[in-house]
Amino acid sequence: MTALLEDVKEKDKYKRLHDVIDAYKDKPGALIPVMNEAQEIFGYLPFEVQKEISEGLNVPLTKVYGIATFYSRFTLHPAGKYRIGVCLGTACYVKGSSLILDKIKEKLGIDVNETTPDGKFSIDSTRCLGCCGLAPVMMINNDVYGKLSPDDVDKILEKYK
Amino acid sequence: MEMVKVTIDGITKEVPKGYTVLEAAHSMNIHIPTLCYLKDINKIGACRVCLVEIEGAKGLQTSCVYPVSDGMVVRTNTARVRKARKYNVELILSAHDRSCLTCIRNKNCELQTLAEEFNVDEIHFDGDNIHYPIDDLSPSIVRDPNKCVLCRRCIAACNEQTVYAIGINNRGFRSIISPVFGRSLNESPCINCGQCIISCPTGALREKSSIEKVWDALNDPDTHVVVQTAPAVRAALGEEFGYPIGTLVTGKMVAALKRLGFDRVFDTDFAADLTIMEEGNELLKRLENGGPLPLITSCSPGWVKFCEEYYPEFIENLSTCKSPHMMLGAIIKTYYAQKAGIEPEKIFVVSVMPCTAKKYEIERPEMALYGIKTVDAVLTTRELARMIKEANIKFTSLPDEDFDDPLGESTGASVIFGVTGGVMEAALRTVADIVEGKDLDKIDYQQVRGLDGVRESLVTINGMEIKIAIANGTGNARKLLDAIKSGETFYHFIEIMGCPGGCINGGGQPIVPSRIKMDLDVKALRAKAIYEEDAQKAIRKSHKNPQIIKIYEEFLKEPLSERSHHLLHTEYERKELYSSKNNKENKKSATAAK
Repeated sequence: MTALLEDVKEKDKYKRLHDVIDAYKDKPGALIPVMNEAQEIFGYLPFEVQKEISEGLNVPLTKVYGIATFYSRFTLHPAGKYRIGVCLGTACYVKGSSLILDKIKEKLGIDVNETTPDGKFSIDSTRCLGCCGLAPVMMINNDVYGKLSPDDVDKILEKYK
Repeated sequence: MEMVKVTIDGITKEVPKGYTVLEAAHSMNIHIPTLCYLKDINKIGACRVCLVEIEGAKGLQTSCVYPVSDGMVVRTNTARVRKARKYNVELILSAHDRSCLTCIRNKNCELQTLAEEFNVDEIHFDGDNIHYPIDDLSPSIVRDPNKCVLCRRCIAACNEQTVYAIGINNRGFRSIISPVFGRSLNESPCINCGQCIISCPTGALREKSSIEKVWDALNDPDTHVVVQTAPAVRAALGEEFGYPIGTLVTGKMVAALKRLGFDRVFDTDFAADLTIMEEGNELLKRLENGGPLPLITSCSPGWVKFCEEYYPEFIENLSTCKSPHMMLGAIIKTYYAQKAGIEPEKIFVVSVMPCTAKKYEIERPEMALYGIKTVDAVLTTRELARMIKEANIKFTSLPDEDFDDPLGESTGASVIFGVTGGVMEAALRTVADIVEGKDLDKIDYQQVRGLDGVRESLVTINGMEIKIAIANGTGNARKLLDAIKSGETFYHFIEIMGCPGGCINGGGQPIVPSRIKMDLDVKALRAKAIYEEDAQKAIRKSHKNPQIIKIYEEFLKEPLSERSHHLLHTEYERKELYSSKNNKENKKSATAAK
């Protein structure tokens, strides 16, 4: 039953994508707006989605992919249920946030901009989150964790398992 | 034409208004170095090697994109310009795999030339280097991003072909030229034409080498190694040994092949004549039966794959004829094997081709005969030159020698297969004779010659009007096919060659640096050599080739016979632009640098 529901949901997303493509088709400069909306619909721009856009707008896939990898707002992988953002802004960096990031990467076995195979966690490195007094800082979805040391990582991640 | 007055390095001259500073300087014989610039193909001002000082302009400007204006004053050789150019080349070199001595492009690398000319004796910048894996999964083309200077000339060439296999991905220091989602070229729409290779200034793109495989065969006393050479090779091979572009070296090429140890040296031209017999008759049959028309030539495996991917609705229009070297491969392993009393399994057939797509073509499963390959290895013109050098053969001192019998005899019609319009002209020479039932005096069809991207003409044979068209370069083929699809136009017979200019400008031909391409029309010069050889030939119509007459008498019986169909014809299939690949893309972008 769940599989069926997922399938229906997925088909609905593609239908919405096709509507967007139809609305923009033949308009100059359609590509980036369509990619934007596609990212809204799917949360990321996987191969199949980029291929649909390429075919729908009659633009080479190399162009779509080039844009998708150029702008940081586009992503090629689905975000995890819990999005971990480790601040690499100046204050956090000086306070050793790269060590926190390394620990998380090691713990989850994934790199920045990747998602764990179970879809639970994804890691982003972020710019300043605006609370330098708490440096080094990370966020998991909307929860903020400050004054971290690498030893804190295990316990924090445990909460979301 | 509106002219403007420009002063460059103190010389004042009137130049056309649309010129760039680079073009204006070139017209005054003032050399401005370039790297990303490639005449008619790439003009983007990315590498910043062509910097110049322009009075009134802020900072240094890239001359390859900067338009001239009236009264403009330019300086190309000031201390500031020299310093900036040199730093830019140093920066490019700092992120470059500098293993020049063992690089395929050693001594023919535009970056190396610039480093020498700019007197770069030290690289002041030593930053991070990203080490990328080499993509060698394609049967034709090897990509080494570590030697890429991101000039985008390959992308421009690929886009010109409207194949769109590669693009520029990521950004900044992590920019990389590659197919989408970190795929190999082999999993992209690449048609293996190799136009990217001959556009590349460095060693970032090269053919997948078959040299070792061929040496192994030559060294094996139990293997009978037969070589065949395509028409366009003889018009370009000489360039690798210092001859001017457009020098014919047919006799020396044959002599070199014999000295390399090939047991027989045959001529793909013979099979081009055979192609005309089959394809000419296929055209007549389709004209009689009312279709499918147009008939479109199928000699170019790059074009064939392009058709299968982008225009599958035209597959039924493709001639069923195999390309000439595949025909000869099949003939060598049957007719010749029988005549020479050698088992086909013991024969190793090598094709020397101006083409990288032929390397892909021999791997197509439908080309095998009784489970064996009919052509075992393809060497490009460049690879043959490398083998000749490796064997210490003094090419320039070689005598002229002749191809071996019985598959070395050829006509003028077959030689011109190497240039756009040539297959059409060769076919017309034979078809006209067949239809008229006599040996016509008319041999040259000037209206099909030339280098324009798309050409059309109306030929009247015995009162029958045949509408013909010729396209060279798959970008031009696309224009022509779109016009046919829209119903705008109709043709009976179309020749399409995958590379701009035809095989003379194939992806396997000697690589001519961009600065020489500014001065010389390489395609026109090589084409001239081809037409020269045609004019010199005693026999200039395919059906008059005595060995062709003989092979039909002894072996094939008649064109389109059952045996011909079995050996000389093939089939095609619709191909996906991107074959599916178990969702790997969605999990991880493999272009992400490590």
